[in-house]
Parts: sequence; C-alpha cells; structure tokens
Amino acid sequence: MAVYLDNNATTSIKPEVCDAMMPYLTDIWGNASSVFYSVGQKAESELQKLRESVAKNIGAKNANEIYFTASGCEADNWAIKGFAFANKRKGNHIITTKIEHHAILGACEFLEKHGFNVTYLDVDEVGYVTPEAVEAAITDNTILISVMTANNEIGTIEPIKEIAEVAKKHKITFHTDAVQAIGHIKIDVSELGVDMLSLSAHKFHGPKGVGMLYIKNGTRIDNLIHGGGQERGKRAATENLAGIAGLSKALDIAVSDIDKNIAHMKKMRDKLITGLRDRIDYIKLNGPDDERRLCNNVNFSYEFVEGEAILMRLNMKDICASSGSACASGSLDPSHVLLAIGVPHEIAHGSIRFSVSEDTTDEEIDYVLDVMPKIIDGLRAMSPMYEAFEDGKLESFTKKYMEGR
Amino acid sequence: MYSEKVMDHFENPRNVGKLDDANAIGEVGNAVCGDIMKIYMKIENGIIEDVSFKTFGCGAAIATSSMATELVKGKTIEEALKLTNKAVMEALDGLPPAKVHCSVLAEEAIHAALKDYSEKTGIEIDLPETKQKFDCASFHKAQSETDA
Repeated sequence: MAVYLDNNATTSIKPEVCDAMMPYLTDIWGNASSVFYSVGQKAESELQKLRESVAKNIGAKNANEIYFTASGCEADNWAIKGFAFANKRKGNHIITTKIEHHAILGACEFLEKHGFNVTYLDVDEVGYVTPEAVEAAITDNTILISVMTANNEIGTIEPIKEIAEVAKKHKITFHTDAVQAIGHIKIDVSELGVDMLSLSAHKFHGPKGVGMLYIKNGTRIDNLIHGGGQERGKRAATENLAGIAGLSKALDIAVSDIDKNIAHMKKMRDKLITGLRDRIDYIKLNGPDDERRLCNNVNFSYEFVEGEAILMRLNMKDICASSGSACASGSLDPSHVLLAIGVPHEIAHGSIRFSVSEDTTDEEIDYVLDVMPKIIDGLRAMSPMYEAFEDGKLESFTKKYMEGR
Repeated sequence: MYSEKVMDHFENPRNVGKLDDANAIGEVGNAVCGDIMKIYMKIENGIIEDVSFKTFGCGAAIATSSMATELVKGKTIEEALKLTNKAVMEALDGLPPAKVHCSVLAEEAIHAALKDYSEKTGIEIDLPETKQKFDCASFHKAQSETDA
C-alpha cells in the first residue's frame, strides 16, 4: 500500500464524509432555489442547516456570512478581485506577500493590469511576515490586505490576529487564505478579526470541487460569478448540495478532533524531521523550526540532487510526496516560496515536501526514514555536483545548517 | 508521463559513475537551471572504448544521459558526432515537451567530451556547429537583470 505523505496537496475522503454526502446524491436532489414545491424546499432547508453548521465551526456570527464556492481557488479569486472592483473608488492599493498561493498572486497580477497597485511583501528566511512590515506598507490608497494563515509549501504560520489588528486600526479590509490551516490550526474568524477567509474542503478530508469564502457582513464585494440569485445574489450557480454537505461534515470532524489530531501530526512531523537530520547530511529544513510551523509539514532541501528525481525514486518505493523543483512544476524556476526565503536556485531544485495527516503511522515514518537516505545516497553517487564537492571544488550551501547538531 | 524506456533508464541507469582512466571529459548544463551532465570517455584509435556519466537533474536528464552513453559506446568518433538529441529521444520512445531540453543537453555533453579529447590530443575533430537552443542560463541572467 502506498505511503501517502502529500496531505498539503490533497487528503483522502473520510468514510463519514462520504456517507454524509450520499443522501444529496440520491433522495435530496432538488434545486435549493426552487422553493415553490416540497422537493426544492427540502433542499433549501438542508442547505440552511449546513450553512449554520459551517458558520458555527469557523466562529462566524451569522450563517449568511458563509458563501459556498467551487474551490479554495475561486474563494481567493473572488475575495481579491471582487473586493478590489467593488471598492476601487476608495483606493487602488493592495498588500499581500511573496509567498501566497498562486490563486492570490495570479489574481493580484491580473488586477495590476486593471489599474491597481500591489505590494508583495518580503518574508524572512523562514517565511514569516511581521505585522510591522504590513503596517509600513500601508498607504492612503490601501483598500485590502491579504496574508495567508499558513503556507502550503514550507508550513509557516503567519501572525494573522496581529495583522488583522493592524488592518482594523487603519480601517482596511483583511482577507486570509486559510486553505492549509483548517484542521491544523484552530480557526475562529471572530477571534482572529478577519473580514474574509477562504477554505477548501479537500484539504481536510472533504470532497474536491467545493470551497467557501467567509465574508463578514458589511464588506462590499462584487460578484465573480454572475447569473442567478444564489448565495444572496453574490455567487450564481445551483448549489452543490452534496459537496457542501461533504465540506460541512469534514469541517465538523476536523474541528471536533483538532487537539488530538494536532498532537499526533506534530509527533509524526518531528519524528520525520529529526530522523532525516540524523540520517542525511547536507540538508536544510525550509520554514520555521519552532511553534510557527504547521503541524503536518516537513520540507527539506537535499543538496547536490534534484527534486523530481527524488520524487520518482520515492514513487518506486510507493511513497507519495511533492517537490519545489522547476522540473516537478513544469516551469523554468523552482518554487517562488523557496526563492522568497532566500534559498538559491540550485538548492531549491532539490527540495521535497512530506505532509502527514492524522492517519499517518509510526511504521510509515520508519519506512520513509529507511528509504530516503538510500535514495539520496544513490542520486548523490551519480551527481557531478557531489563529485565536485567531494573533490573540494564546490562549497556546500547547507553545511551551515548542520552545525550545532 | 514518461515512456517505459525512460522509466527503465531512470530506474536502472547504464554506465553510471566516474571513469578513472577517461581521456575525454565533457560537462554541460547549469545548477541554477537544475541540470548538469558530465560524460567520461575512454577513446582509443578513434573508437569510444568505454563511456560513463554523472548527472544532476530530473528523471529525464538521468534517462537521456544513460541512453546517450549506450548509443555512443563502441562507436567511432565520427559516428558519435552524428548523434542528435532527436536520436536520443527516439531511442527512449519520446519525451514530454518540457523535457526535450534534457536530450539536447545529452547531445551537447557528448560533443563536449569529444571536444575535450580533441583539445587534449591535438587530433582534429570536425565538431558540428552548436545549434541555437533554448538556454536556461541566459534566461536566468536576463531575468535577474530585469528584476534588478
């Protein structure tokens, strides 16, 4: 059986989630907007219950602040573009960071072609954004700040509550992409003080094709999808009731099991981090090495070797992971996140992310710890860079990260 | 995404390692771009008696290096000079479009080793003109200049 350690990419659907979806694919198939007959009314009342459950689980004051979408990507795009276009009379400046998901970066780059100015904040060497840096970037024209709750590649948890306070002080709307955070960090929108928050069901054992945008009442936003009057007229399209039921159930489980899950994932994560450091030289942990690290993320750069080759060797051993190398992404440059934290290109090409889940076992981690050193040794044995290093013709970049251990 | 032949050459690469009695060595590529290929050859009486490689790079880079060494092993210098990236690709039953540059690198690595041999021995070799291919290093240089 495959050892699946790519839970930052997607997660398996829990059987309870699948069970919760089934009634909406069989008996309750009505259109929730067709409320003049019982078939539709039933769907509508179920939808309302699901919306209330989701609102409660993220700490929203009102169920009508929950807007279901077809993905986290759509929620991000909507938050950025919908807000910018609805508020362009107030200003044209947006603040975000260099390590956001491409859904945010792509939406911002699009807005730059339509008269908006965007500041992409630098991050420190572990991917951290300070509230001070956010505040320093604010101008009279700033209308929106968007900073992710936790980074998908290197697991950095950002100071969202503090950034939300800065935004509030300056009367600027604040959005956070919490796609990687749900199930890994406790999320309460009221406590965090955010105005908009995106999430995606498939990152916490729900189905693909359904996401959500929390929009605090009083936030002006234009539609991204025009058409019918669904979602209080803000997001057209017949409601995907089965998907929404899956999202709601998965969120329910993620929230109620969160303490237990975080404890388990941290144990697996730390066993993997410590084990890899003990067994393999010339590697660098990407992202924070402290409480600011997401409980399920392990990202190392392995010097002198390339990430796609590592992934393929892992696949030969039935281990699923992902890489920040250019080859693995099909682009010319390695991961924008690794470059933003100052990892040189050649080191970024050799990065591998393992992301655990609550289902990851000790045996699986032991297996990876057995396999991974052999893979790295094997690839280094055929690497001309490693040969140059051994011949004293090449300095090691990662050497300084091994000192003191 | 890869053909069975590519997977075979990635999983069981032929002619890997350093050749201690090599009299021709060629190295091409750039770590910044994510691939470096180094070819070692032992050439005697105009024949490539032995050949090996070391490669830093993705699965396709390793597979093309392996196949290129297989294709020139035991061949004359003239025959090796005729090896094209297309021939390497065909021998591997094709490569995804994003990986074609790996086969170009393999061709260039063979040529670089032969050039090295020519320079060391004074034996004249009629090297084909370098084709103008996509060059990652100059892309990155241009990129860093526009970013600055």
